[in-house]
Amino acid sequence: MQEFTLTSQLVQYLITGLTIGSIYAMVAIGFNIIYNVTEIINLAQGEFVMLGGLIMVFLHVAAGLPLFLAFFMTVILVVLVGMLLDRLAIRPIRQPSVLTLIIATIAASIIIKGIAMFIWGKDPFDLPAFSGREPIQLMGAVIQPQYFWVGGFLIVVVVLLTLFFEKTIIGKAMSACADNPDAASLVGINVKHMILLSFCLSAAIGAVAGITVTPIALMEYDRGAMLAVKGFGAVVLGGLGSFPGAILGGLIMGTIESFGAGLVHSGYKDAFALIVLLAVLFFKPSGLLGSIEISKIKKF
Amino acid sequence: MPKKFVLIATVFLLCMGVVIAPALADSYKVGAVFSVTGRASFLGDPEKKTAVMLADEINKAGGINGKKLELIVYDDEGDATKTNLAVKKLISQDKVCVVIGPSLSGNSLAVVPLAEQLKTPLISAAASYKIVTDDAGKQRYWVFKVPQSDSMAVEAIYNHMKKKGIKKIAIISGTTGFGKSGQSELVRLAPQYGIEIIANESYGPKDTDMTAQLTKIKGTSPEAIVNWSIGPTQVTVLRNYRDLGMTSIPFYQSHGFGSKKNIELAAGAAEGVYTPLGACATPEALPADHPQKKVAMGYNQSYTAMYNEPVSTFGGHAWDSLSLAVDALKAVGCDRAKIRDYLENKKGFVGQHGVFNFSPNDHNGLVWQDAFNMIVVKNGDWAMAD
Repeated sequence: MQEFTLTSQLVQYLITGLTIGSIYAMVAIGFNIIYNVTEIINLAQGEFVMLGGLIMVFLHVAAGLPLFLAFFMTVILVVLVGMLLDRLAIRPIRQPSVLTLIIATIAASIIIKGIAMFIWGKDPFDLPAFSGREPIQLMGAVIQPQYFWVGGFLIVVVVLLTLFFEKTIIGKAMSACADNPDAASLVGINVKHMILLSFCLSAAIGAVAGITVTPIALMEYDRGAMLAVKGFGAVVLGGLGSFPGAILGGLIMGTIESFGAGLVHSGYKDAFALIVLLAVLFFKPSGLLGSIEISKIKKF
Repeated sequence: MPKKFVLIATVFLLCMGVVIAPALADSYKVGAVFSVTGRASFLGDPEKKTAVMLADEINKAGGINGKKLELIVYDDEGDATKTNLAVKKLISQDKVCVVIGPSLSGNSLAVVPLAEQLKTPLISAAASYKIVTDDAGKQRYWVFKVPQSDSMAVEAIYNHMKKKGIKKIAIISGTTGFGKSGQSELVRLAPQYGIEIIANESYGPKDTDMTAQLTKIKGTSPEAIVNWSIGPTQVTVLRNYRDLGMTSIPFYQSHGFGSKKNIELAAGAAEGVYTPLGACATPEALPADHPQKKVAMGYNQSYTAMYNEPVSTFGGHAWDSLSLAVDALKAVGCDRAKIRDYLENKKGFVGQHGVFNFSPNDHNGLVWQDAFNMIVVKNGDWAMAD
């Protein structure tokens, strides 16, 4: 076997870390959209990712739909689940406090997981990679083509969301709800619709994350919780509510895990990410890109 | 009217009791505790299905010495307290002759004192050697187990490596109980086989990518890699290993790899992978003169016909434990002490996971040569390794 240099190892750790980090970042963005509009931490966010992966497998592999069609149908179906989550779990609660709503999302995540187990069973499922599995060489490191899809979709999601929030009326209305729901409803914005929309958007992004990660890591019914935890770590690291923060947080978490596992010891890789998280919170409690002023007026 | 009704009902029920009681006395009761639901349902579900199927087959064939086999199955939901209650109920209330299960090592350890105290033979379907061996190294009087210990799988792998002249290996394992136990056995037994462990990496049970760990292993240039985990991660490891272009390094999987689904999910990356497996996982690959060929084929055929799903190695543990219990009942009847003595001296019992030879010093009855065949993945199917 040819010499495997330290440089190529480092490049490999970086690539792997950025890929895993992109998934964490997508989950983190999903958290933030809902948090910004409702102040709820939606703990069922990981379940959207799981559903995205499994529904895609069902439509593309089992039902034989072409990739594009299956992709859009998967996103639409997961968005429907997101809408149901808002309609059935969030909206009916009387006198909602933020904590009650968060607990409701935990319940919803358990129910979704249970239903997924009934439908798909406990086995993991595979999805063919979008453009083959032939790895690409770069400075002695190897890149799966699927890595590009993961990174690419993260960029697409970020660009679309930026355009949505900056350029469209609905996007601006959502931002208004985030700033001050009472004032927003006074100027005629239907806050309930905005909340519904935030769940739809989060679900769609979760579905995209699930679809792109399944060819790399397989997907099974109980994967969601772990992704939610990692994604939430990324949110806190980057600053609750900040989109650039979510992306930065996700990528940092992934990279630290990868370098920690490679250079120090894999047994402690989750610990490294958490130590960095704690260190950041110690020096800057609002997260890397979060603002103290905003976090003070939030209830949670 | 109500008074009359109560009277009639009481008389009726009493009569029923008289009618039913002898019918029940005409049966042998075997109790089973499996983790049918909950976190360990991947063990308990096939175990329950296997036990129920086997009991049906035995009763259809005329039962045990003309008596019906009555199988009572309780679900412990993977919970030690529920296991304890279930075993207590089986022994004291249901008055079973022998208990099979539980599915998990932790739960089995939780009920070992109960079996000893209430003097009832228990045949566990969990793997830890601690289930049958007490702290002083003696075999527990009333407790047996049928699954192979992890150390046997390690021995099978190390012996194969020795034959191939492999001396420097890298270990990668999951941080689950299964992975940790295998990892420590690999480390413990390595010196006996002159094997040096040059990398020892791990990953979480729900991790999505092990490229970083494998990259580190690749940098140390080992002569072989051993992976020890269950679930989807053991497939992801293989894919990452293939993508990193490491296929020139021989790859060994633990005995947790024994499902054809894993070969399928690895999408070609499993080709050439070695794994030590019990006979019931690979009945077709066994040579015709293999002692377990017949039982393994039979179990596989009837299970797939009945449940329309492939056999899991865990179901094989239920097959072994129930078959042993039935064998003992056939020989000595429902006498707990006699069943225990019979099991302790049982030799040459051909099961799904080996040919068992029990003795007062070995309540597992297996050695690695009988328990595992070295299997290699060839053309997407199991084949005997040379």
